[in-house]
Amino acid sequence: MSLFSKENGEVFKSPLNLNNPVAVQVLGICSALAVTSQLKPAIVMGLSVTVITAFSNVIISLLRKTIPNRIRIIVQLVVVAALVTIVSNILKAYVYDVSVQLSVYVGLIITNCILMGRLEAFAMQNGPWESFLDGVGNGLGYAFVLVVVGFFRELLGFGTILGFQVIPDSCYMENGGLYFNNGMMTMPAMALILVACFIWAHRSINKEQ
Amino acid sequence: MDHFIQLFVRSIFVDNMIFAFFLGMCSYLAVSKTVKTSFGLGVAVTFVLLITVPVDYLLQTKVLADGALAEGVDLTFLAFILFIAVIAGIVQLVEMIVERFSPSLYAALGIFLPLIAVNCAIMGASLFMQQRITMEPTSTQYIGSISDCIAYALGSGIGWTLAIVGLAAIREKMAYSDVPKPLQGLGITFITVGLMAMAFMCFSGLKI
Repeated sequence: MSLFSKENGEVFKSPLNLNNPVAVQVLGICSALAVTSQLKPAIVMGLSVTVITAFSNVIISLLRKTIPNRIRIIVQLVVVAALVTIVSNILKAYVYDVSVQLSVYVGLIITNCILMGRLEAFAMQNGPWESFLDGVGNGLGYAFVLVVVGFFRELLGFGTILGFQVIPDSCYMENGGLYFNNGMMTMPAMALILVACFIWAHRSINKEQ
Repeated sequence: MDHFIQLFVRSIFVDNMIFAFFLGMCSYLAVSKTVKTSFGLGVAVTFVLLITVPVDYLLQTKVLADGALAEGVDLTFLAFILFIAVIAGIVQLVEMIVERFSPSLYAALGIFLPLIAVNCAIMGASLFMQQRITMEPTSTQYIGSISDCIAYALGSGIGWTLAIVGLAAIREKMAYSDVPKPLQGLGITFITVGLMAMAFMCFSGLKI
């Protein structure tokens, strides 16, 4: 089987839209809601999850014939925990301010249901290359939702994108304009409602689900 | 003593696991269909929290912290692996106990009982505990002893139970309402949780 066959393309593409882990399978909601108050931590979190899902999928897929069935959950958890420790230390070394913002949510990638779900449902049955594609696809599907929610929360809550002011200063109330930031957007409650809107839009577009 | 009570009440209402930190969302959304099952899961989560947080606290302060085991040995990088191992072991124990004493609850919780091991609320509580040890002792969130740990774990568990039972009650009533088709199920549940979170925001100025 060739590396870029049609089936493999499907494995990669389906979690991006039709089988989106957050919007359709409802996995990994916790961090999707918690880290999205600004765009930058959302992007970093999305990339970290993508890397960890891809590599834990590959490792478990390579080991899948040697792991005894009874203790597979523990083995999976240890592999994931080791990868998360590595990523967490890399984040601390290179993007310290973002890793402070993400606080405990980097550690919580261990308990992210997307990871365990993919390991159980895909990596235990398939070869390393398919598992890698599946992991990257699911990670990016997750990152996509984070980026959309983070974009709107930062734009409406702070008037900035990635820290750059996009809404001109002259529009603001204190400078004689009519606009002011919606502080509600930075609160946890609005994250839930924005994700609900995302799911609503997603289901309206993909009617057959 | 004051700090003890403050920590307990704050972790139920202000630092609520669901409404402030979104921890344990997966099982929260999936199990909250009937009040009875969700109460059972809430009790199981509280019980697991009550054991894991103090055990992880002892591990963190007596073994992992810088210089705790031997001079110049810093094992904090092992925290993730050790915490998850403790949690997985204790969940296995709880599973056996529930199966022995309440087979009906065991059947109702199904796959979500072993999945408590990967419930972010449990791991999250341990990680927050690790973070709170390093805070200023005057902070309302500071955890400085094993009794603080128990208060925090119990409060978080009760807060989680409160949230899941509340949502289950609303969802039982909501079965009769007319919700737009694409919003049915997951979408409307999210909006309900969002509105509940807004209601809980009014506790944020709470002082004891």
